[in-house]
Amino acid sequence: MTVFDALSDARDEHGQWAFGTGIEDVATEITAPVPDGVDAADLAEYCLMLGDDALVCGHRISEWVSNAPELEEEVALANTALDLIGQARLLLSRAAHLGAGADEDELAFQRNEDRFRNVALAELTDDGDFGHAIARLLLFSSWRLALLQRLLGSRDPVLAAVAEKGVKEVAYHRDYAARWTLRLGDGTEQSHRRMQAALDTVWPYVEELYRVSDVEERLIAAGVAANPAETRADVDAVLDELLPQATLTRPDRPPRGTVRGRAGRQGVHTEQLGHMLAVMQSLARQHPGAKW
Amino acid sequence: MDDLQAQFDATIAADQRIEPRDWMPEGYRRTLIRQIAQHAHSEIIGMQPEGNWILRAPTLRRKAILLAKVQDEAGHGLYLYSAAETLGADRAELTELLLAGKQKYSSIFNYPTLSYADVGVIGWLVDGAAICNQVPLCRCSYGPYARAMIRICKEESFHQRQGYELLMAMMQGTDEQRAMVQESVNRWWWPSLMMFGPPDSDSPNTQQSMAWKIKRHSNDELRQRFVDMTVPQAEALGVTLPDPDLRWNPERGHYDFGEIDWSEFKAVLAGAGPCNAQRLAHRRRAHENGAWVREAAAAYAEKHARKQEVAA
Repeated sequence: MTVFDALSDARDEHGQWAFGTGIEDVATEITAPVPDGVDAADLAEYCLMLGDDALVCGHRISEWVSNAPELEEEVALANTALDLIGQARLLLSRAAHLGAGADEDELAFQRNEDRFRNVALAELTDDGDFGHAIARLLLFSSWRLALLQRLLGSRDPVLAAVAEKGVKEVAYHRDYAARWTLRLGDGTEQSHRRMQAALDTVWPYVEELYRVSDVEERLIAAGVAANPAETRADVDAVLDELLPQATLTRPDRPPRGTVRGRAGRQGVHTEQLGHMLAVMQSLARQHPGAKW
Repeated sequence: MDDLQAQFDATIAADQRIEPRDWMPEGYRRTLIRQIAQHAHSEIIGMQPEGNWILRAPTLRRKAILLAKVQDEAGHGLYLYSAAETLGADRAELTELLLAGKQKYSSIFNYPTLSYADVGVIGWLVDGAAICNQVPLCRCSYGPYARAMIRICKEESFHQRQGYELLMAMMQGTDEQRAMVQESVNRWWWPSLMMFGPPDSDSPNTQQSMAWKIKRHSNDELRQRFVDMTVPQAEALGVTLPDPDLRWNPERGHYDFGEIDWSEFKAVLAGAGPCNAQRLAHRRRAHENGAWVREAAAAYAEKHARKQEVAA
């Protein structure tokens, strides 16, 4: 029996799905000094990358609230969004502390899209298609889990702490997405077709996940960042085990092109991010100086 | 049958709990299913008005709080449908009744959320009113419902405090924010009072429900309790409740308040509120869009159950 057989039989008795996830204050956790030999601006930029991935993907998932196919999925998707927004808060707060902005909210709500550092996969709209949401979550969480596992040993204590908390959360997100990939892939004829189409649609955005930016290169050398190139094997291992069981085929599509080598990590996004931010930032920007 | 009825009556009279496997009169069962289902539907439809602001929450902390709250509502819906299932009802069937407009949900959710202050005011007034209604249900004679309500009431109290805390923060913000809070209170005050249902003189089901100890207090009693509780909170907040007749009555030891517009209450109840059609259409759309997913899950479960049989 493989891990995914076990998953597909799993019930929802997992402790972490308790209601009313704690909303702790993040301010005290992010003030550790920058490790020796590390440029604070680099570290801030890296926190933005990982923080924006979580914020943007979490926001996309939160679009499912009151739209999910079943009540259990309402709870699970809201919880996933909450976990990711929680990770984003720590990372953006850390970035702000290191000089990237005033605080987490200025970074989340006052930056224009070209200052966001997330990968494109995180920002893709799923057009209200559950299969598409699952395909995006499967790839995103398999990749993020591999990154966070490597960050457990980061020389930056904040990144290590974020990873420690995040690994448990993201492992659950991946397992949730894997369970649904199985059910949809090996469910009805229609669900099989839709799940395969969803995987095909997000596939061109996967290659970007493994690219190493200049900032990451420096921080990998300093023992602070995870090497995204190394995560490919982890993601492939998940897909190689899962897709055949789900009767799905690994897509064969070329990666999405870049603009002179620039993509999400350099602030060059899809057209979809601007629309997402227009909604997300509207209220905060309407009321400068307001307290919420 | 008379023995069973006598035993049921004795359990109720002794303030003990009826449990799923106990005999109960059909009317008691029907009343409870209707009430619990309505309550569950209210939690689910109630996700929409607040969900309307999740994508626009103005800070990450507020976004997390709101997401967690709406998620709790889905969780409450789950407990309550489970409680209804202990009476022989079926969640999928109850959902169909909701979608067909044959079972109701709380009318309050047929009002729109037009500003972020509404998120706070719903927490403060709407959850506050719900708590007044629901705390006595923790002592309801039907065990599974009473136990579900204990957990739900704890979480609702938490939501109410969070709502009030948001309003406090907004009242300390800009003039625009203070105006936003007052405007929101003006819209939600009267519908909140309507949440307790028609006046006792016009509430046909109350007497039987009280005899069965499903209900412990009349609509008007609970409404008065809510008004008495809320007036000092409004003063502390610095907002005016939109009722010129609202004043302390030392003889009664309660606040007097103005006449509720029962024609509006009846119109919303009959389906003619500002958002009735929208709320149901949203729920139907989500349900229909999810049909292929539920079918896939069922097909997958069936295939794998068969495989296990073959293997065994």
